[in-house]
Amino acid sequence: MTWYIIVGVVVVLIIVVLIATYNKLVRLRNQVKNAWAQIDVQLKRRHDLIPNLIETVKGYMKHERETLEAITKARNLAQQAASSGPGARAKAETELSSALGRFLAVVENYPDLKANQTFLALQEELTSTENKLSFSRQYYNDSVLSYNNRTQMFPSNIVASMTGFKASEFFEVSVAEEREAPKVSFT
Amino acid sequence: MGVLLLLVGYFLGLYFFGSSIGGLIIALVVWGVMSLVAFFRGGNILLTLSRAKKISRDDHPRLYNVVEEMKIASGLEKMPDIYIIDDPALNAFATGRDPNRAAVAITSGLLQKLNRDQLQGVIGHEISHIKNRDVLLMAITAVLLGTIVILAWYATRILFFSSMAGGRRSSSSGGGSGQLIILAVGIVLIILAPIMAQFIYFAISRKREYLADASSALYTRYPEGLASALEKLAASTSQLKSANKATAPMYIINPFRKKGMRASNLTSTHPPISERIRILRSMAGGASFANYDQSYRQVHKADKGVIATSALTTVEPVPLRAATPEAGEGEPDQIQRARDTSAVLWQLSNYKTINCACGTKLRVPPKFKQSKIKCPHCGRINPI
Repeated sequence: MTWYIIVGVVVVLIIVVLIATYNKLVRLRNQVKNAWAQIDVQLKRRHDLIPNLIETVKGYMKHERETLEAITKARNLAQQAASSGPGARAKAETELSSALGRFLAVVENYPDLKANQTFLALQEELTSTENKLSFSRQYYNDSVLSYNNRTQMFPSNIVASMTGFKASEFFEVSVAEEREAPKVSFT
Repeated sequence: MGVLLLLVGYFLGLYFFGSSIGGLIIALVVWGVMSLVAFFRGGNILLTLSRAKKISRDDHPRLYNVVEEMKIASGLEKMPDIYIIDDPALNAFATGRDPNRAAVAITSGLLQKLNRDQLQGVIGHEISHIKNRDVLLMAITAVLLGTIVILAWYATRILFFSSMAGGRRSSSSGGGSGQLIILAVGIVLIILAPIMAQFIYFAISRKREYLADASSALYTRYPEGLASALEKLAASTSQLKSANKATAPMYIINPFRKKGMRASNLTSTHPPISERIRILRSMAGGASFANYDQSYRQVHKADKGVIATSALTTVEPVPLRAATPEAGEGEPDQIQRARDTSAVLWQLSNYKTINCACGTKLRVPPKFKQSKIKCPHCGRINPI
């Protein structure tokens, strides 16, 4: 009789641990998904800001048609790449970043722009969006790290392989330009 | 600290009711009631006391954006409410019993003084108070402390008067010298308990401050931002009008700090600022908790770190980021920041702003009833 009770307690304990491990894995995987969605939000936000930006500066920068067109083009390409894989996407976004960087370097020659309230507000939004982008990337990679640790470390790796949890990919930024937020310099 | 409360209750009961259970129950009931009040009303009380005003994104986009950036970096699920306190003193605090009901508040003085990196550091510190649930922790410990103080205070009062009236009640019940010793220990404990409880409370508070600093460095990847912000805070001398002792641990620096405060380390809710700055500045290798812990040990010349070992498991290096270019490119300068901040404060107190053609900004108080106003600068008549 006592023997049955001991076995029963052990079995119940094991089941409880398994459930807890499984739930922890699910929570971490959802965290990774959420973090990825956050990156997505910020990329979209950047795409949405650009038409406004172009509209605002067009009047001031008659001689910079090419720069502005390059931005619009890069933005459209990035938008199209949004549905494709992370690799193609990162490339398109990098293009956009460097186009924005070139534009922002040129802006220095237009002191009138600095007095424009709409432009100043856009500039704040752009700076902040770049920051949010890098913070969401940072958080995404942190989440992936703890998720991957769980799926690979003993004993949770047993539960992970039984229930089909696979390690996630990090969001690596290979190009130095992309790592740095474009220098928003108008002074 | 909970043990301390139970001990106080135990001896109270032993002494006054002849049974320890009664005292324990009284202690727990008092504590329970106070906790409930703190749990449900705590955040609002703090915000109401400091006369903080809630702002939206449009009121101050820069502050809102910085808070959102830190929210993203920390992985909080919900955006905390943002409040501004109209006070020239430099301080900030976080409140809210759980991360979904949280708020950060910042004084207008601090908002004017800090550039973006520094603001980020300060907000990162506050957000990590929310993320680490320090608000709840400190509320619980504060309530425990309060309960112990109240119980001990009444106990000593009753002791004093009953001994004046002549004779202790329990002495009539007899008992040997063993009971007398227990009673003596109980009396000493009741007298000492509030002091001990305070020391524990301050120690917990200081530890959470270190943790929040470390988290802020981790979120921003830029400890220098918080370090230089703390430097500005340390240099200011004005005290926050609305702070009180119970709410002190929630602020970024101790609102009751005196100049050159050093010796009173044991009875302070915050570690000395100079030390916090030193630790942040010596984080050479990276921005992880491990780096902070190492730096803490270096500054203290101690073997024991300040971060719990369970949080130090990650071995991945966390690189620091570079400073945003100096003179804050694309960032409002000090004057512009002061203007932005005062504009928010005018708006929050329902003043209307009229831009006169001569470039003057007219602030019209809400009580002003006429439909036209004359510009004191150029004499134009502006409609309201």
